[in-house]
Order: sequence, then structure tokens, then C-alpha cells
Amino acid sequence: MINNINNTNYTNLLLRFLLYFILIVFVLYYLLPLFVMITTSLKSLEEIRTGSLVSLPRNITFEAWGTAWSSACTGIQCEGLRPFFWNSIFIAIPAVFISTLIGALNGYVVAQWRFRGANIIFALMLFGCFIPFQVILLPMARILGLMDLAGSITGLIFVHVIYGIGFTTLFFRNYYVNIPNELVKAAKIDGATFLRIFWSIFLPLSLPIIVVTVIWQFTQIWNDFLFGVSFSQAGTQPITVALNNIVNSTTGVKEYNVDMAAAIIAAMPTLIVYVFAGKYFIRGLTAGSVKG
Amino acid sequence: MNSILKIKNVNKNFGKISVLNDINIDIESGDFLVLVGPSGCGKSTLLNCIAGLEIIDSGDVFIDNKDMSDVAPKDRDIAMVFQSYALYPTMTVEKNITFGMKVRGVPDDVQKEKLKEVAKQLQIENLLKRKPGQLSGGQRQRVAMGRALVRNPRLFLFDEPLSNLDAKLRVEMRTEIKRLHYDLGASMVYVTHDQIEAMTLATKIVVMKDGFIQQIGTPAEIYNYPENIFVADFMGSPPMNLINATTIKEKNHYKINIKMEDGSIVSIKEKNKSKLPEDLLLGIRPENITETSLKNKQNCHIIRSKVDIIEPAGSDTFVVTKIGNTEVTARFNSETQVSVGSEIDFVVDLGKISYFDKLSGQRI
Amino acid sequence: MSNWLEKHLPKIVLGPSFLVIILFVYGFIAWTAWISFTRSRLMPKYDIDGFIQYQRLFDSPRWEVAIDNLFIFGFLFILISMLLGLVIAIFLDQKIRIEGALRTIYLYPMALSLIVTGTAWKWILNPGLGLESVIKGWGFKDFTFDWVINPDFAIYTVVIAGVWQASGFVMALFLAGLRSVDQEIIKAAQVDGVPTLRIYTAIIIPSMAPIFLSAFIVLAHLAIKSFDLVIALTGGGPGYATDLPATYMYTMAFSRGDIGQAASSAIIMMLVVFAVVVPYLYSELRNKNDQ
Repeated sequence: MINNINNTNYTNLLLRFLLYFILIVFVLYYLLPLFVMITTSLKSLEEIRTGSLVSLPRNITFEAWGTAWSSACTGIQCEGLRPFFWNSIFIAIPAVFISTLIGALNGYVVAQWRFRGANIIFALMLFGCFIPFQVILLPMARILGLMDLAGSITGLIFVHVIYGIGFTTLFFRNYYVNIPNELVKAAKIDGATFLRIFWSIFLPLSLPIIVVTVIWQFTQIWNDFLFGVSFSQAGTQPITVALNNIVNSTTGVKEYNVDMAAAIIAAMPTLIVYVFAGKYFIRGLTAGSVKG
Repeated sequence: MNSILKIKNVNKNFGKISVLNDINIDIESGDFLVLVGPSGCGKSTLLNCIAGLEIIDSGDVFIDNKDMSDVAPKDRDIAMVFQSYALYPTMTVEKNITFGMKVRGVPDDVQKEKLKEVAKQLQIENLLKRKPGQLSGGQRQRVAMGRALVRNPRLFLFDEPLSNLDAKLRVEMRTEIKRLHYDLGASMVYVTHDQIEAMTLATKIVVMKDGFIQQIGTPAEIYNYPENIFVADFMGSPPMNLINATTIKEKNHYKINIKMEDGSIVSIKEKNKSKLPEDLLLGIRPENITETSLKNKQNCHIIRSKVDIIEPAGSDTFVVTKIGNTEVTARFNSETQVSVGSEIDFVVDLGKISYFDKLSGQRI
Repeated sequence: MSNWLEKHLPKIVLGPSFLVIILFVYGFIAWTAWISFTRSRLMPKYDIDGFIQYQRLFDSPRWEVAIDNLFIFGFLFILISMLLGLVIAIFLDQKIRIEGALRTIYLYPMALSLIVTGTAWKWILNPGLGLESVIKGWGFKDFTFDWVINPDFAIYTVVIAGVWQASGFVMALFLAGLRSVDQEIIKAAQVDGVPTLRIYTAIIIPSMAPIFLSAFIVLAHLAIKSFDLVIALTGGGPGYATDLPATYMYTMAFSRGDIGQAASSAIIMMLVVFAVVVPYLYSELRNKNDQ
């Protein structure tokens, strides 16, 4: 940040005004889609056809929200987003929990219990974070079939856990690597075992990184579309797939207000997380992206 | 006295780099052993090997005459204080101190009693409910000591415990550790890179360099009779002066010649040594080069030389001059009246000179 | 026994993950690579038959469109996101009082699913009722903005939506970079009387080279993997005008039943990713070892 040493004259004041003006224009640009989604979802179809995209709704109606939640058609099924919302919840919660736990233990080993080859294993895991998942779609579909998990919620949990481990391990490893190894040594002399040291000393230290990891994993899994569309079937689709089906279903009249309501519902959980834990979300984003 | 720690032919490598070479050390119960050397000399690794935190490649470690090769760190009956203190950050001081006992299943009332005792001994009773983050460096240091003390171990291990403290506190804690050693009569192994710490604390010093032991001895032995020029240079502040000289054999003695800068030659007679190499280094401690001769004048040699720099240090004044082609520091009384540039007599105590073979660096 | 267990527990803990990664990442890559050299169609065949799938791939006009689109999309998406991100970051770096709130607004798209982003922009870009009609309503009767259904321009709508989603994130990266520049150097320059703009162009931005590289890698990686956004925004259409390698691969694998094509296109995608990422990872790891 540059501290302006002398900015008392009028040119500077003008520049300052311009600066704020431009920043506000950017605010409008980023908020426009959200604004349009919300207003459209509160309008009736009639008002959408006759009114303007950017105008506020004249008569606010929550009809579209009801339809989106419980009766919009996702293909042949017309139960709205509700069942798929729960599918996503049932996929995300166990997958986030398991992948975070495995990542914590892995990171603990890689950072604090180095053994010959541990670094190579870590490098292999890290590398796995970068692959485009298209390259594992075909064999994964077959393996899920062989394991009798094809098209099941369990199968999707399994897939998310496996391809989440690389990131969760990376997060915890980078966190634990900054903790002096002398802590482990001291605890060893105190007589604590591998698991005891993890449980009594490292886990209590880990709250920030657990939050970062859980938020990262939850956002990734909730927003996933590729695995969802590839490995689910009619009853087990996650919410992103269902949303896409609602929007792109070609039957009947195009209900834009329902589409927008559905999009907001699908976005709600991750948006709420972002609003309340943005700091941790950004930390995960930068940590996960500088390396992934 | 019985041997509390015996290290026999210990070797350790990290990959291709050898970090410990044929280490042999034996100390008795009640000893305060200090491992001293520059960073990277292997002293901390050796300490970790004693603790069982690092595996040795060959050789044996005995604690209290028991072979430790298959004994886990927790079963070696040792306690360790670390450089970073390694306090468990989420636990209070109290929990930090009792964690080991809790893990080992010591009954609650015994835990409480020991905690009380140690807290009193270290004067940390008012800190027990705090977390390490709320403590000052010195307080953390005390807690780390407390964690070691409650264990009442056969052997205390210290890994540079004072190096993170500021200078004043470091001196205070040094005294405290010394007092603790005296009060408990415990056996201790202490790693440091600070030779003053080593001199003040140790009953026995091991000087290490590049994974080799350079010398083992009492502080006095190490200081007065360094085994080689590394030890001579490393121990003592300012370090021992090492002056280039050549020798000429005469009938029943050697003549040691120092060529001064102006071309003149200072000669010293040496009658006690039967064999000296041609190229020699004379090791003279600064305090053995003084302004006026001591009471015993016979065994002194006077060298006239110019004063280059004067460094008053309070209790002493260090005077730098050139003898031969080396800068030499002499320790003068603080009331000295010498001035820079003047030619004065430097009185060298011949009885305290060490001779080193210039080629091998070894003491003769 | 318990000592043995204690000694090997770290390996036992890491072991399963290791096996899983070996099998489900590297094993699967090998399997896909193998299939890409066979005549597999609906079902996998395991007889190696040279580069036939790759020949088919590069003879296919649809793949050609996908690759062209990847370059157009990738180039514009990365360039505009970086420029926009940098500009906003520098503006935000001027002691803005409401910086926290602005940052939150600029970055929220990153929390959204690309399907949501696609859905929203599809509606905004709708030629009949979207922006086009708004501008017509302002009196520009002849204004047309039908890119989303125009095969020649549809790919640019993907760029618009992609930039909207990712530029805030690039801004966050750059802002962190601006803040990490040594303040004393800046003070020294100010004392020397260097104007603010020069301080940015001559001192701050050049020192942020690693951040530019990071941002580039992240954006390139996002671009190559782009799938959801196209599906939601254009469905790959009109026709296959907005196909990307990722959507091509998916179509071949799951609607056309052409496993061989799916496998070979996936392998090409992986090679492109590696061409971008491997040099970066390599230099990162080497720097770490140097420290």
C-alpha cells in the first residue's frame, strides 16, 4: 500500500472521487447477476415478459421459489430441487468429514513423522490434485460398477473422498510443517504415542486449518458437477445436476423465475458459508490454488 | 562412582553424510556433561541419539549400564528441555507439566503433589493456569524445566535451552541451572554452541566438530591444554592467540623463532620438549600476555611491539598488537595507561604456552 | 508387538492413501492411456492398435472446434481476468475505506457453482428478455446482442461468464501480492520522489512476477478443465459451436458411447495440463529444496 505523502489539492480529490466511482462500477458488475437472479425469481412470468430485466418486481411473489423447491421438473420427475438438495447434503457431509480426517492424519505423518519415501508419496498425492478428472472418468465408472456402487450416493461419496485426499493432505501438511518437530520429541519422551500426540497436541491446534479444509471441501463437493453428472442416476443426482436439468429441460413453458429461484437455492449453502466464513474460504482458495 | 551414561563407538549418517563418527563418551552419576561445538558439528544429533529420538547406525548407548538399543525414548528414564521449549501450545502450564505423568498413568494426587513441589521450586506457582502463549521467554523456559523436573529422571538432557533468551536472562538462567544441578545432584547432558556456557556449567566438556570429538576434559583441561588448534580457537573469549614460529634444534634445547614484521627475530629457548616440528604455532591465552611482569619473572619473555588497538572492556582492557605476522590480543589491567601507536613491552608467560604442530594442528 | 506397531504406525496410516492414489490416479491414467491406443467403442477392448484414436480425434471437425475454442476461451479468459484482477487490486490498494466490503463483493462469485453462474448469465444474455431488451428499452431500437445463440460468438459469452466468476479471485491474489512488497523499498522510492504510477510500474509489479505466474497457472488450469460453465450456459451449442475438450470428452464417453475417443481426448487434456503445470511444480519444488 502506498501512503500518499501529500494529497490535499483538488486534483487528488478528483482522482479520489474517480477511484471510488470506478470501484462502484465494478461492484455493480459483480452484483448484477445476483440482483437479476433475485429480482427475476420474485417476479411472475407475466411481469418477466412485459417488464425489464433490471427493474425491481412490481408484485413480489414467492411462487417461483415454491415451484423450484418442490415441483419443478428435472426431466421426467417433477419434485423440484428438494430431493436433490438432500442428496447433495448426504453426499457432502460424509465426504467432507472423511476426507478431512484422512487429510489431517496424512498431513500429520508427512509433516512430522517423515520416513524414507514419505516425501515421494506426498509428491505423488500433490500431483494427483492437478489431473483433469476427465482422465479418470471412464475407469472410475467401471470400478464403481464392479463395486456395485454405480449411480449410488455411496459411490459419489467414495469418489469425492478419493479425489479430495490430495488437497486435504496438502492443507494439513502445510499447516503442520510450521509446528516445530520438538513438540513431537517432547511428547515422545513424555511417553505419548503416535495417536496420542495427534489427539492431545496436534488436533487441539488445528481448528483454523480444519475450518479452512472443511469449507474448501464442502464448496468443492457441493459445487461439483462433473462427478455428479457422470456417476449418478435419476434418484441420486446432486443439486447442481438437478439445477442444470431444470434450466435446460425443453418441455413446457420456459419459467425463468423458477430457473432463477432454483439457481439461488443451489447457491445458497456455499454463499452462506462464504458470507460467514469468508476469511477461511479465501485462505483455502489461495492455499489450494497456488498449489492447485 | 557408577557410570550413568556410556556412549560406545557410535556412528550415524544422514544419507551419505556422516554426522557422528566413532563417538565414545563416559560420564558418571552427578556429572554435568556439556557438548559444545559450532552449528552442524553433530552435538544435537548426539543428544537426540541419547534420547532415542534418532536411531544410531552402529555402536551402543548405555544409560545406567543398561543397553538402550531397543528402548523407546519414554522408557529411557530421561527428561529433555528443548531450544524452542516445545511447550504444548493448547495446554495450560499445569497440563504441560503433568501431561507426561498423565500419559504414564500416575495417580492424580501424586501428580498434584509433584506439580506443587516443582512449581514452588521454580517459582511458577502463579503461572499454572496460563497457556504458553501468555508467557514471557524466561517463564516458558522455567515451565520447560518444570516439565523435566517432575519426571525426576536419571538423566537430564538439555538442547541449547538458553539460546532463545536475551543476554541478561541467559546469564540468570545459567546460574539457576547450575544451582539446580548442585541441589539435585542430578546427571545432566547439555548441548550448546556457547563456549562460555560450556565453561561455566560443565564438570566435563566434549568439544565436537564435523561429527568428530575434538577433546574431552574438565573445563580447566580444555582451557589450559587444548588438544588442537580448533579447540584452542573455539574455547575462550577472546580466543587463544596462535602465533607462527619456526624451530631450530640446538645441542640440548630448541630455539623457537618468531619473525616480526620489521624483520627482527624474537627467540625463545625451550628446554623441556624433546621433539618439536619445524613449523610451529604458539598458543598463548590473552591473559598470559600482560603489561608488567608478574611476581615470577624468570619464566617470562618480553616482546617489544607497537599497540594497534585498545579495547576497554570494563574489568580488563584488551590490547591488540602484531607479533610475527599475526594479530595478537593481550589482556591488560583496566587501569593501563598505554596509548595507540606507542611501542611497549609485552610480557609473555612462557609457562602457559601451548605448542601445536602447524601441519596437523595437534598439540605437542 | 505394541512397539512394532508404534514404530510403523506412520506408514500404516499413510499406506492406504498411497495405495488409493496409486490405483485411482496413476492406475486410472494408465488404463485410460491404454484404452486410447485401442479400437474401443462402446466396450473397452484391450488390443493395442496404434494411434488410430488420435488420428480420428484430429480428423474430427468437432474436436477441431473444441481445440480452437479452448485457445480462444483460454487466451481471453486468462488475459481479461488478469487485467481486471490487477486493475481492481491496484485500485483497492489506495487506502479505500470500505475495502473489506468491496473485496467480499468482488470475490463472492468464486463461492458459486459454475452451473449457477452459467444459469444466471444465460438469463442475462437471453436475446429476447435479457440485456438486449433492456438496452432496446433505453431507446436503441436496433441494438442486438444475441451472442449466446450465435455460433460465431457464443464462445465469447463463456468468456464473459468465466471472467465474472474468476476475476475477483485473481484480484485477491494480486492484492495479497501488492501487500507483500517490501514497504521500505516503496518508502525509499517515495523519498526519492518517484511518482506513484512509476512506483507501481517500475517497482511493485515487476516484483510480483511469481504471483502473475501463480495466477496464470490457476486460470489456465481452470480453463482447460472448464466443463460445467459451458454445459449450463450453452450446452456446448449452438450445435457444437462452444464445445471444449472437456465437453467433447464427456459427450464421447456418456452419450456417444465412444470410449476410444473419450480416452484419447482425455489424455490430450491431461498432456495440456501437464505442459502448463509441470514446469511450475518443478520450479516450486526445487525452490523449496533450495531453502
